[in-house]
Amino acid sequence: MMDIIVFSLIGLGVLFAVSRLLIGPTPADRVVSLDTFNIIVIGVIALLANQFENSLYLDIAIVYGILAFIETIVFARYLEGQHGDC
Amino acid sequence: MKYVATFLVLFVSYIALAGIHVQELLLGAIVSAILTVILAKHVNYTIDYRFPVKLLVFIFAYLPLFVWQLVLSNLAVARIVLSPRIKKHLNPGFVKINTDLKGDFAKLTLANSITLTPGTLSVDIDGNDIYIHTVYIKGKTPEENRQNISAKFEKVLGVVFK
Amino acid sequence: MEIASYIFMTIGGLFYLLGGLGILRMPDTFNRIQAGTKATTLGAFTLLIGIGFNNPEWFPKLLLIIVFIAFANPIGSSALAKASYKSCDLPDNLVQDDLIDLFGGKEDGPS
Repeated sequence: MMDIIVFSLIGLGVLFAVSRLLIGPTPADRVVSLDTFNIIVIGVIALLANQFENSLYLDIAIVYGILAFIETIVFARYLEGQHGDC
Repeated sequence: MKYVATFLVLFVSYIALAGIHVQELLLGAIVSAILTVILAKHVNYTIDYRFPVKLLVFIFAYLPLFVWQLVLSNLAVARIVLSPRIKKHLNPGFVKINTDLKGDFAKLTLANSITLTPGTLSVDIDGNDIYIHTVYIKGKTPEENRQNISAKFEKVLGVVFK
Repeated sequence: MEIASYIFMTIGGLFYLLGGLGILRMPDTFNRIQAGTKATTLGAFTLLIGIGFNNPEWFPKLLLIIVFIAFANPIGSSALAKASYKSCDLPDNLVQDDLIDLFGGKEDGPS
């Protein structure tokens, strides 16, 4: 019962973040919402580990976090390169 | 001393990732020893006898302050986001404050703390100046801004990173 | 113990929802970065601590994820804010701009 409440709250958060990803006027907005989405997905993977009682999912969450951080930094570097046209 | 500290950091992170078994302890010790020999030439930090005291100050004085500020900032974000007319709460701008802390890691910790306190986001560090985006500018002068934003963190972090 | 775990997990879900709502409703890029970073950081902390209450033997690994998020998330958002300041047009509701003497005017651009 409680799982349904937690998952629906997180699902609404994902819905809002993805809608900003779709309508965001500038590339920076899209990257910001992608960053938020990544942090939410780390929480979802940890919740799945709790649900399936399997601690292997936590390793996936750690690796996903590291990849998300690198992805954010790479997109920030890419945005810094282009001036004025966004 | 440097070798011992590097070995301990590597070994503890290995154990935290792998779990506690006999084989994992042995393999972690061997891998950490090899990595210590390779890495210890390149790290440059110094650890002296005051390190446990600093660690205690960090855990018992800094972390509660940090968590409390984080909760406060989330309540502020909630109040702004959930209010029907959102423009009324916003008065954004970039301000510059300067800091007295020395050392890269101290400045990194201060900038991270500023990012997670109510209504502020550190954008860039240039020497002793930190550039901050704030949601609502209250103070007029730089001194007032510094008093509002970073004074309480600097007091604690100045003890930790001497 | 289970009750406490579920309370923490529900609070974490609420903060995640708040982060998504902040991303959607804030009017310009920097305010979006602020709302998204703060709400999702505290949401991840409380959610992971709630999972740790449910399974106490996972606490070291969860603590590792929490420390990593606490360091990586502010660094990433600050890099994004810097990139967005350099590359995009600034919003028109700024009341003060001290960054302009670091990066120079928009026209010549940073070297």
